[in-house]
Order: sequence, then C-alpha cells, then structure tokens
Amino acid sequence: MHLAYPAVLSALLFCTGLYGVLARRNAILVLMSVELMLNAVNLNLVAFDVWLSRAAEETLHSGQALTLFTIAIAAAEIGIGLAIVLAVHRNRGTSDIDKLRDTAEGPEPEGPDAEGPGTPAAEKAEASA
Amino acid sequence: MNLAAAVHLASAPPVPHAQHGFLSPTGVEIAFLLVGLVTLGAALVTVTTRQLVHAALWLVVALGGLAVEYLLLTAEFIAWVQVLIYVGSVVVLLLFGLMLTKAPIGRSPDADSGNRWAALAVAVAAAVALVWVVVDAFRTTWIDLDGPAAGTTEVTGTFLFRHWVLPFEALSVLLLAALVGAIVLSRKARADADTTPAVHGKEGAR
Amino acid sequence: MTTTTLAVLVPLLPFLGAAAGLLLGRTEPRFVRPLAVLPPLASLVLAALVAARQGGGPAIDAHTELTPTGSVPIELALHIDGFAALVAVLVAFVATCVQIYSTGYLREDPRYPSYAALVSLFTSAMLLVVYSGDLIVLLVGWEVMGICSYFLVGHYWETPEARAASLKAFLVTKLGDVPFLIGLFALATDAGSFRITRVLGAVASGGIDHPTLIALLLLAGVAGKSAQFPLHTWLPDAMAGPTPVSALIHAATMVAAGVYFIARLLPVFEASQAAMTVLAVMAAVTMAGSGLAALAQDDIKRVLAYSTIGQLGYMTGALAVGDRGAAVFHLLSHGAFKALLFLAAGVIIHAAGTNSLAAMSRMHGLRDRIPDAYWTMTVALLALAAIPPFSGFFSKESVLGAAEHVTTGHTEHAPGAAGWIVLVAGLLTALLTAAYATRLWLLAFRGRGTEAPDHGRQPLTMTVVLWVLAVPSLAFGGLAYRSLPGWFDGRDLTPTLLTSILGTGLALVGGLLTYGAWQRTTALAARTPLGAVAAHPEGDAGLVEAEAIATHQPAYGDIAYAPDPADPARLLLGPLRRPAAAGFHLDAVYAALFVRPVQAGASLVRFLDREVVDTYVRAAAAAPRLLGAAVRRAQTGNVQTYVSALLAGTVVLAVAVLLVATGA
Repeated sequence: MHLAYPAVLSALLFCTGLYGVLARRNAILVLMSVELMLNAVNLNLVAFDVWLSRAAEETLHSGQALTLFTIAIAAAEIGIGLAIVLAVHRNRGTSDIDKLRDTAEGPEPEGPDAEGPGTPAAEKAEASA
Repeated sequence: MNLAAAVHLASAPPVPHAQHGFLSPTGVEIAFLLVGLVTLGAALVTVTTRQLVHAALWLVVALGGLAVEYLLLTAEFIAWVQVLIYVGSVVVLLLFGLMLTKAPIGRSPDADSGNRWAALAVAVAAAVALVWVVVDAFRTTWIDLDGPAAGTTEVTGTFLFRHWVLPFEALSVLLLAALVGAIVLSRKARADADTTPAVHGKEGAR
Repeated sequence: MTTTTLAVLVPLLPFLGAAAGLLLGRTEPRFVRPLAVLPPLASLVLAALVAARQGGGPAIDAHTELTPTGSVPIELALHIDGFAALVAVLVAFVATCVQIYSTGYLREDPRYPSYAALVSLFTSAMLLVVYSGDLIVLLVGWEVMGICSYFLVGHYWETPEARAASLKAFLVTKLGDVPFLIGLFALATDAGSFRITRVLGAVASGGIDHPTLIALLLLAGVAGKSAQFPLHTWLPDAMAGPTPVSALIHAATMVAAGVYFIARLLPVFEASQAAMTVLAVMAAVTMAGSGLAALAQDDIKRVLAYSTIGQLGYMTGALAVGDRGAAVFHLLSHGAFKALLFLAAGVIIHAAGTNSLAAMSRMHGLRDRIPDAYWTMTVALLALAAIPPFSGFFSKESVLGAAEHVTTGHTEHAPGAAGWIVLVAGLLTALLTAAYATRLWLLAFRGRGTEAPDHGRQPLTMTVVLWVLAVPSLAFGGLAYRSLPGWFDGRDLTPTLLTSILGTGLALVGGLLTYGAWQRTTALAARTPLGAVAAHPEGDAGLVEAEAIATHQPAYGDIAYAPDPADPARLLLGPLRRPAAAGFHLDAVYAALFVRPVQAGASLVRFLDREVVDTYVRAAAAAPRLLGAAVRRAQTGNVQTYVSALLAGTVVLAVAVLLVATGA
C-alpha cells in the first residue's frame, strides 16, 4: 500500500480537527476536534511504524507504542478537559469559548489629555459620595 | 523540487517499488481509500454540524473508521484499543459532558464562532501545505503489507513489555494523576459554587 | 603703607563692608549703619591719601598676574594717574555722603541692610573701575555696577514702574556692553595686552589696526553706561529708584564710568577721526535733546535725570574735542553739584509729599519748611546753570574753551568739525540748562497756593550732607582750575573770555526768558487746581518718595508729564512740550523698531513651537497611540483568535523553512 494514502488522510484529518478547534464555539466540540487531531497523529504513527518495521526491520515498534500511549493520554486529557469544562460551566453558566474573555483588553482608557481635569472631579465625586 | 531529499528518513532506504502506480490500486488500497473517505467525511461533519449530539455521534463514525484503517494497516491491537477507548469511553464521556453542560438538543445556530472564516483559512492553508509536503515526500514509498502482521496482540505485547515497560508504568502514574486531577477539579468547582454563588453569578453575568 | 597698598584698600574696603552688611544685616541690625558708612569714609580718607601721594606726578603702576589666562594675559593691575586719583576721591566722597544721607532717608525701610550693602558694592565696583590698570578687571567693576544698578533702581520692587525701570536699566546698559566687550577683545588682540599702559603704548606706536571699529564698539558700551544718545533712555526711568541711589548713579558712579573710560583710553579714540566725529555728534544730540526734555518734565527727579544726560553730553563733548582734562574737570564738579541736587530733591519730595513740580507750584512756603534744601539747591542750580563763580561755570567753560580751541584748527587730535558741533551744541545747551534750572527753582520754591504741609524738621543726617556738598559746588571750580592742569594733561583749564561771555550770557538769557514766561503763566496756577499727589507724610522719606512715584501716573496719566497750563515750559516749548516730556518718544521708536519686531518674532516662534513643532511631537505620540489602539483591538480575549493567529504564523514559517531548505 502506498504510504501516501494514510499520510494524506492523516494530514486532512488533522486539518479538519484544526478547523474544529478554531471554529467551534462549544468547548466540548473543541475537545472532540482535539480528539480528531490526536487520532490523525495516531494514524500517522501506525502507518509509519508498519512501513518501517518492514522496510528497515525495525523491531522496537515505537510508533505503535507511542500510539498506545497517546490513546491513554488522550483518555486522560478528555477526562481533565471535561472536568474543566464542567467547572467553567458551573461557574459561568456557559461553555462557549468565545464568551470566556477575561484576558481581553478593556474599553480604551481616557487619554492623558482628558485625564487631567477628569480625575479630580471623579475623586471629588467619590469623596462627596 | 524534491522534498523527499528534505524529509529524508535515515533508516529508510528508497524501496524500489516504483512499479506500484496510483492508477492500479490493490484491493487493500481501495478498501483503505473508501474507509478513509468515510472517515474524513464523518470528521468534516463532526466539525461542521450544528447539532451538538450529532457531532459526537459522527465522531464515533470517524473514530470507528480510523479503527478500520488500523486494521487495514495490520495493527489489530491498536484497532481494538481504539474501539474500546475512543468509541467506547471517550465519546461516552463527551456525550456526558454535553449532557451536563445542558447542550441544546437540535440545531443550534451559534455552534460556530465568529472566528470561522479565519479558522477555515488557516486549516485550508495548513492542509495544502501538509498534503503537498507529504505527497511530495512519500509518493513513491510503499508499505509491504505481506508477511506477518506488524501489530498483532502477540507482537504488541512482546515489544510493549520488553522494550516499553518503564514508560508504560510511568503512564499508569500519569493516568492516576489525571484521575485525581479530574476529581479535584470537579469537587472544588462544586464547593466554590456552593460557598460563593454571588461572586460567580456576577462573573457569569459579565 | 605704600601707596599701592592704600590704593588696593580703597576699592576693597567698601567691598568688605558690603559683604559684611549682607551677612550681618538680618541678624545684627545695629551693625548695619556703621558698616554702611564707615567703609566708604575710610575709602575716602585712603583715596585722599593716595591722591596726595600721587600728587599729579607720574602715574603709579603696579601689577601682579594671578594665573596664566591664555594668549592675552589678564593681570591685577593698578594704574593711578591724576585722573584716577581725583575721580576716586570724588567717588568715595559722594558715596560717603549718600550713605550718610541714606541712614536718614531710608531709616524705616525694612530692606535698608541690603540696600546699604549694595550701595557699598556699587561704590567698590566704581573704585575698581577707576583704579584698575587692566581692561578685564575694569570690565568686572563695570558689570558689577550694572547688576547693582539693577537691584538699586528696583529697590521699590513692589511698584511696577520700579520693576520695569530696573529691567530697562539693566537691559539697555547690557545692550551697550555686548559691543563693548567685543571692542575690548579687539583692542586687546590688536595691542597684545589688556593692560591700559601697554594699550596706550601700542596706540602711540601705531600698533592698532582697526581704530575706528574698536572705538565705535567701545563707544556703544560707553553710550549705554553714560546714558548718551541713543542709549540714554534708561536713565530717566531709573528715577523709580530711591533718591540717594539716583544721586550715586548720576553723580559719581555708573554714568561717570563711561566718561572716565573714554578719558582713560582717549588716544585710542583719537586714533580715529570718524570716532571723534561720531562722539561729537552723539554729545551734541544728547546735550540739546536732554535740555529740551528736561524743560518739559514734571517729575523733579526726571528733570535732574535729563540734566545729568546733558552734563554728560558736555563731558563727552570735551572728549570729542580731545580734551580729557576738561571732561574730567566737569565730571568732578558735576559730581558734586549733581549729588547735591538729587539729595536736596529728596528732601523736597519728602517735605512736599510729592515729586510733581505742578503740585509743588501750588504750594506756598515750601522753602520755609526746608531752608537747608532751599539754599543748597539754589547753589547747586546756579552751578548747574554755569553762573560764575560757581564750580559749574569753570568746568563748563573749560569744555567750551576746548571746543573753541579745536574750531580754530590748532590741534591734530580732533577734527575741526567736532569742535564746531560741540561748541554750538554746548552754547545752546547752556541756554536750555539755565532755562530748566530756573523753571525747577521757580516751580519748586516760588509756588503759590495752599500752605505746604509741615512734616517737622528733616533728619540732621540729610541736611548736614547737603551743606557738605554745597561747599564744592560753590567753590571747587574756582579754587581748582589753576591747579588741576598739573594733575591732568597740563592743558590750561582757565575760562576763555569769548566763551565765558557767550556761555554766561546765554545762560542769563535762558534764565530770564523762563522767569518771564513764569510771570505770565503763574497766575493760571490758582485757576486750574491740579491733583496734588497725596502720600503718607508721616512716613520716612523713602516711603513718601515711593508713594509719590507710584501715584504720579494715576494722577496725571503720564509718568513724566503733567497737563499744567501754569508751567512756563508751555510758553517756552510750545507744541514741543508734549514730545519733549516723553523724551521725544524715543521709547516709542524703540518699541516700534525693536520691541515689536522681537515680540512678533517671539510670537512667531511661539506659534511655530506650539503649532508646528508640537504637532510633530503630538503626531509622534498619536501614531503609537493609534497603533496601540489597533493592537489593543486585537486583544479580544478570544483564545481561538489567538490560536488562529499562532497557527497561521506557524504555517507561514513552516512553508518558508521548507522553501529555504529545498532551495526554492
């Protein structure tokens, strides 16, 4: 079998998962897309391992071993990820990624020109309050 | 331009299988291609569908298709592990997650964020680059699938417990840590939600 | 002690007195008056000793070089000839009188300690100028006087007039000092030394390459310091200072420095005929113009200020005809009677409570209130008007005689034209001088109207000084004109018959004309009451004067002019009176020529700075701000956007690396 088939399939699956990660709004869908990307890598690993085990008489089978490890780690990842998503959902009432914008830059602060007269007035208002 | 030279694999001498053309596929290749198309289609539907639960179900199809691909590549143990863990547990976990986050059943119009077109551009660019590189590098490489299978359970057990024991054990520790972490995350969040609802309500409203 | 040591002590003592006064003034007020009076007194004694030892003999020269100072050495040098010895005596004498007078005049002034110290410093600087044998050391004294005049003229700095006057005095004299400095450097470069003796030696051997240029540059500084046209405008305004300061500036220091400087370096000026002619024209314009202006002033001190300018014109005129003996002779006698005039005017202002002649002319019996000032002022005015046998007559006639001598073409020092210019202007000024002296006397002492207010007797320190000064005003000229040539260049200072008759006759004519005009106008005084300037009569003289100056402008609408129909100047000057009072609007001309262009340039620069340069600055700030705003907009907080950008960059980089690696 041509190695190109699994390799191209892997690349396309990876990019599909990439699109999902970047485009999906729901965090769980993003996790699904991450799974797709991981599986694309797994396919790559397996295909190359099979090829090398024949072509280079490689007996270590590192590709398959890494695939197994990846699957295990992916399982752990999905567990932790879902726990985080659930925590966020409980705290924020949403699991939409683009609503979690705590790191966003706030509205543009007043320039130095407007700050001079504005600040004392604000302080005065605070003091009187 | 010859990317094969660039992406040179040290232990892989060029195998003289140039007689295997792309226009005369073997049966395995045909099967691989068909299953691969199904897998890719399912994956595409997974990342584009507006019904969240359907996305999880299409993911099952895609992951199952991958398991079949593993089988076709003679890696049978991996294929069963794939079916067991991904299709059996991960997707179930995801479905639970959807359920617990009160994901809407049916079409949700806002499944995709405003970042969609940038994401599409990036993904297409990455796909073009990757496919181009991969095809250019491996268009003549041939996997010889004849002979003993490369990934039977016996072979897998042999290399796993002969060469990879220590990472395997380390992985078990990692899994344990992940288990504990998941539990801690879930419980702590609940405790927070109980004690300081006002703060969270305010933050949630933001 | 050697004569050199004595001579060094003469400028040093007032300097130490000033330093001690400034240090102790606040903490030990009882030392202030001794510290103010004693150093100038000691200087006077020492200067008299130096003069006696020098005795008109050969000049005493001493010098020491403190440190090498480059190509042209600067030395601490003394050069004491007859001129220096006598002028130093005059300076110390007038300074002592002024210090004594000030103890009474400013006895309640809270700033008296610093005032007295500055007067001492002023005196010290002038003595340094007089004795110095090195041009740079002379320049040090010259500039110290400039800064002292700034502080002293601005003594009443609470009033805007004083502030403006002090600034004007400082800036105008500095305007002359810049070319002066350049001229000094040029002179020293040509002569190879700053020592006056070597400079004069170089002049005598024809070693000066650019005499005209140097002389004209130096002349600018002299015109500024000695208040000659066209840089005289600071002097009338400097009347905003206390009267003793005016006496000091006008009689002995500051304005005398310029004349004295030319007298010292007269050979340098004589080397250039053009410079001598310029000097003569300058002197003539100064004399005639100041005489007309003095006739129109209402402020008694401004009359005296313009008369100072005119008398300085006589001195520069004498220098223009190459007779420095006559110039310094007039400097000495003028120093005495002008100090007396100012100090007496201070008493008058104190007694009358006003500095306005128009107000005084409506006061009856002012002379009975202050008989000392009345008599001494009469003496001084007669000396000013050059009536024989007062000292002013002899010195002025020596100037006119020198000019007449030049007109006959007997001398190679000065051009004949300069002689004619000085002679004609001098005679005209004699007439004007007598006229304004008479007017001052008549308006101040022969007023009719309400009784002059009685403020009690003037302090003894003030009146005694007047009498002390009256002696030289009366007798110095007559006693000295025979012996002075021995101290000076040896040229005869005896009045010639022709100029004496002409000068005295013109002076009498001027006096009589003024008297006649006054007879006709004085009746109007009763009919047109003019706001007499009120002041705190019980305050000390300094306070009264400050208030009088401050209220003159609100009362009359002008600092120098009063619209008084009873003024004889109205008849004498006719339509010229108003412009003459304003100094022929020279200030306005300067404002139009220099001040307004400079202000326009300043506003242009300000506009350029604010609107053009700052625009770049603001733009330079705005561009990063806009960029920052754009970048901030990118910070959406959406992790997916970030990752998209990250991965896009990764793809681009990966493709680039591939292309580079494959050599595409």
